Amino acid sequence: MKHLLSTHDLDVPTVAAIMNVADHMSEINARSVPKVPALLGRTVASVFFEDSTRTRVSFETAAKRLSADTMSFSASTSSVNKGESIRDTIETLSAIGVDAFVVRHASSGVPVSVTEWTDASVVNAGDGWHQHPTQALLDAYTITRELGTGNTLAGVRVAIVGDIKHSRVARSNIDLFVRLGARVTLVAPGMLLPAGLAGPGITVTDALDDVLPDVEVLYMLRVQRERMDAGLLPVGGEYSARFGLDERRARMLSGDAIVMHPGPMNRGVEMVVDPAELPGSRILAQVRNGVSVRMAVLFRLLGDGQLGA
Amino acid sequence: MTKKNGATTGGRSIVIKGGTVVNRGGAARADVLVVDGLVSAVGEDLTGDEILDAAGCHVSSGFVDLHAHLREPGREEAETITTGTRAAALGGYTAVVAMPNTEPAQDCPEVVAFVKARAAEAGWCDVHPAGCITVGRLGKVLAAFETLASVGVRIFTDDGNGVQDPLIMRRALEYSRHLGITLAQHCEVARLTEGAVMHEGQCCSAMGVPGWPAIAEELMLHRDIELVRLTGAPMHFLHLSTAGSVDLVRRAKADGLPVTAEVAPHHLALTDELLRGFDPVFKVNPPLRTAADIAALRAGLLDGTIDAVATDHAPHPQHTKQMPLDSAPPGMLGLETALGVVLTAVSPDPVRVVETMSWNPARIAGIGAEHGRPIARGEPANLAVWDSSRVWTVDRASLASKSRNTPFHGMELRGRNVHTLLRGRVTVRDGIAQESGHSRSIGSGGGR
Repeated sequence: MKHLLSTHDLDVPTVAAIMNVADHMSEINARSVPKVPALLGRTVASVFFEDSTRTRVSFETAAKRLSADTMSFSASTSSVNKGESIRDTIETLSAIGVDAFVVRHASSGVPVSVTEWTDASVVNAGDGWHQHPTQALLDAYTITRELGTGNTLAGVRVAIVGDIKHSRVARSNIDLFVRLGARVTLVAPGMLLPAGLAGPGITVTDALDDVLPDVEVLYMLRVQRERMDAGLLPVGGEYSARFGLDERRARMLSGDAIVMHPGPMNRGVEMVVDPAELPGSRILAQVRNGVSVRMAVLFRLLGDGQLGA
Repeated sequence: MTKKNGATTGGRSIVIKGGTVVNRGGAARADVLVVDGLVSAVGEDLTGDEILDAAGCHVSSGFVDLHAHLREPGREEAETITTGTRAAALGGYTAVVAMPNTEPAQDCPEVVAFVKARAAEAGWCDVHPAGCITVGRLGKVLAAFETLASVGVRIFTDDGNGVQDPLIMRRALEYSRHLGITLAQHCEVARLTEGAVMHEGQCCSAMGVPGWPAIAEELMLHRDIELVRLTGAPMHFLHLSTAGSVDLVRRAKADGLPVTAEVAPHHLALTDELLRGFDPVFKVNPPLRTAADIAALRAGLLDGTIDAVATDHAPHPQHTKQMPLDSAPPGMLGLETALGVVLTAVSPDPVRVVETMSWNPARIAGIGAEHGRPIARGEPANLAVWDSSRVWTVDRASLASKSRNTPFHGMELRGRNVHTLLRGRVTVRDGIAQESGHSRSIGSGGGR
C-alpha cells in the first residue's frame, strides 16, 4: 500500500493487519517512554489547507512516537495565501524531501490529485465531504476493541446520526463499517441525506427514537451551524429536538451501547446531554486510539516491518 | 487575390475528387468542382487546376457550430479568435456562433464588430457573434436587440448564465418576436446549482461532491417552453443534458411550438463516472450525466427532437484545470473532436450527421443562405470533406486550440475531417491548417 486516500483502498485483511499493529502501538503508547525508532530518518509532512487541531496533532504525535521527522505546513502560514497552487506547494516540499504527505483540504479529491505531483506516500487526513479514512479506521478499531469482536464488525448494529450529506466521516465510516460486516442505520432528515446511499447492510430512516433501543453503537455526527445559516435546517431547536442526543434518548439506549462522536462536538445541537455524564461515551477513547491507528498507518506506508523496540 | 469575404477569384478551379457527396436526398459518389468560391459542377470525372483527394470520404456542406467560446476579447490566455477558428476549420467547420461571455460581453455593436473583424482577419471560418439577452449577462436589463440585429446578430443568449428572472425572460421573448432573431437559453436555475460540481446522483454522493441536479435544467426548460407557448416567439435551447429535457422538448415540438435544441458531443459520449478520479478536465456545465441520459439524448438526436450537435467548445488554461475539482472552471474543448464523437458514439449515417452538424444549425443561426447549403451548382463552396472510417487517437498536445482541456485525450475516435473549404478557399488540406493559404487565392501559396 503506497497511499491511503480512501476507505476503498482498505480490504478486510489490510484492516485486520492495521488493527493488529495498532494494538502494538497502543502498548507502546502506554509505556513511560512512548517512542520507538521505527521511522527514524523518515520525514512526514502534514499539509493542512483547512484548519484542524485534533487530526493534525494526532498525526504529528503518531509520527513523532515512531521517531519520524515532521514538517508542518498550514494554509494560514503559507504561500498559498500568496496564490501558490497546491501543485507548486507539493512539488516544493517534495524537493525539500518528504516521505509521506498527510493532506487535509476543504475540497474533495485534493489528496487524490496530490499523488500525481509527488513520489511520496499520501495520507488523506480529510478532504471536503469525501473521505477521512484514518477516522474510519480509528472508529472501527474503537468499536472492535470496546465490543471485543476481534478485527470484525460482523453483525454489529451501528446507527450514524446527523449530517450524512456533508460528512466525510460518514462516507468513510459507512463504507468501512459495512465492509467489516456491520449493519448500519443512517438517521437524518431528508435534506442531509445524499441520494443513492442505501445498499446492502445499510438502512435509512428519520426516526431516531425507533432506532435507539436496538443499537450497539450510536455514532453522532457534528452539525455545522453554517448549514442552518444556509437555510438547510428548520428554524430554532427543531433539529436538536428530532436528532439531538438528550437525556431522554440516552436512557433509551441499551445498557452496554456505546456512544461515539468524531469531534468537535456541538454541545446543545447534536449533543444535548453532557458526554461526561454518559457511561457509554467512548469519545476520548476514539481520540486515544486515533494516535495508535495513525502510527499503524504510517508504519505500514513507510516502515520496513520492524518496529525496532 | 481575394475579393470581399475572401472568396477565390481568377478562375482557378479545384476539383474534390472521388468522394461521396451528402445531400438531403442521400449520399452519392460524385466529384465536386469549385470555381470562384462557388460549386460550379457536381458529377462524374470532373477536372480542375487543383485536385483535393476525397477517395473514401464524404463531401458535405461545412459544419456550423452554434456554440463556441472563442474567449476573445478578455481571456486570450485560454483561446483567441485565431486559434479557436483554426481549431474549428480543422474540425470541418466553416461557421461558428461565438458565445457572448467575453470581457467585455458581446452586448453592444462595438464588441460584435471587434469579434467579426478579428475573425475576418484570421480567415479560418465565419464567426457570427451571439448577442446578450441582458446587459453584461447580468439578467437585469434587456440588451438592445434591434441595434444588435441591425449589425447582423441573429442569436441572443446569456450563455454561462440562465436568465433567472421569469419576467425578464417573458419580456425578452415578447420583444424579440418580430425582430427575426432567436433567443437561446442556458437552462439552469442558479439557486439549485449553488456550489454544484457534478451530476447529482450515485456517483457524486459517493464522492462527496456537491450535486448538480437534473431538475435545475428541466425546471427552467419547462418554464421557457411555457413562455414560448405564451408569446409565440422562437427559442433555442442550449446544451441539453438530461433525459427529462429530451422529453420536454419532444412534447413541445409535438405541440407545434417554435423551439429548437442542441446537444454537446460530450453529453452524447461521456458519463459522470469519469469524475471518480477528481480530474477537472471532466467538469463541465451542464455536467456529464448518466448512461440513461446519454441514451435519451442519442435517441432525441436521431428522431429529430434535438436539432443540432453544438460543441460548447470552452477552452481553459491548464493551471485552472489543476485546481481542486470544486474550484476549477467548467468547460471542455470540442471543435476538433465533435465529428469523430458523433460518428463514433451516435450514428454513422452521413445524412443525419450533416443534418445535425450543418443544415439545422445553419438554419437556427440564421445563416442558411451561406452555410448548410445543398451541394449543387451555384451554391457557396463552404465544404467539409471527412473520412468516416478513419480511426485516430485524440492527443491533447496536437490540438490546434490554445488550451488542452479535452476530455477525449487518449480515446480512440472513428471519423475525422480531412479538407475544409471556406468560399472555395482551402483552409484545411489533408488535416493540416493552411497557414499561408488563407489570405491568398488558391494555388498561389502552398500549405505548411
